[in-house]
Amino acid sequence: MTPEFTPVSSLVGGLLIGLSASLLLFSHGKVSGISGIYGGLLTPPTPDRSYRVSFLGGLVSAGIVLYLLRPDLFPAADVTAPAGLTALAGILVGYGTRLGNGCTSGHGVCGLARFSRRSLVATVSFIAAGAATVLIVRTLGGVG
Amino acid sequence: MKGNVLAWLAGALFGVGLVVSGMTDPAKVQGFLDFFGAWDPSLAFVMGGAVTLHLVLLRLVTRRAAPLFDTRFHLPTRTDVNQKLVVGAVVFGVGWGLAGYCPGPGLVSLGTGGATAMIFVGAMTIGMVLQHQVAHMHTEPGGGLTTVVGKS
Repeated sequence: MTPEFTPVSSLVGGLLIGLSASLLLFSHGKVSGISGIYGGLLTPPTPDRSYRVSFLGGLVSAGIVLYLLRPDLFPAADVTAPAGLTALAGILVGYGTRLGNGCTSGHGVCGLARFSRRSLVATVSFIAAGAATVLIVRTLGGVG
Repeated sequence: MKGNVLAWLAGALFGVGLVVSGMTDPAKVQGFLDFFGAWDPSLAFVMGGAVTLHLVLLRLVTRRAAPLFDTRFHLPTRTDVNQKLVVGAVVFGVGWGLAGYCPGPGLVSLGTGGATAMIFVGAMTIGMVLQHQVAHMHTEPGGGLTTVVGKS
């Protein structure tokens, strides 16, 4: 599980993400912000539910098929993070992405591609906060 | 309906991109955030590739009068950098660093049936609903700010 630098596959994966974001913009005129697409299903129904359900269905389907074909691309089944820590992290991610109107995809990909100042500030902020968190956790000798 | 097929395809492409790029491995994401340790720059290549291609295609796509299945493009127009934006991004960043999952890879990893992904997405859903509840406790926009700062 030691992370290795994978410039080629990461660049290829990034290009697929950029293509996906462009496709959704072309078909529905929407931003591919995962937290926004998912979060929009949790609030009172909006008329645009069907594209959200379809997009997220595609996302999860990709996970199912690739896990069957290439389980090595996911963490080994016996590698599980402490449940309490994962739950805390999930709550923070859910709360924060909705408060800040976006996550890595909405701000970090779509927003930066539009040269949005809000997205640049958000991206720098979440990377800095994430780095500080990892530094603190590693210093304390905890997970990771 | 054709629109849903394209939205499904976009989601599937996004998911494949996340898996191929290594972003469904939380250790790899945390490796990128570990600037002072064994730094793994891979995530910068993911974002770099995605942003570069999208910034070109975005300009071609928005030359059209409208998207295929809607009457107009729905692109954010806000330019104000406010406290909500920064606090939200920081809260998200802390969770991202703790788990190594952001919303996309979390949802894709549901496909593995793994316990960690299930717990993460379940908790993320609770966090999103919680934010919605807090934000709507106040009638005035931005009125939820004090509550939010106090909680984070």
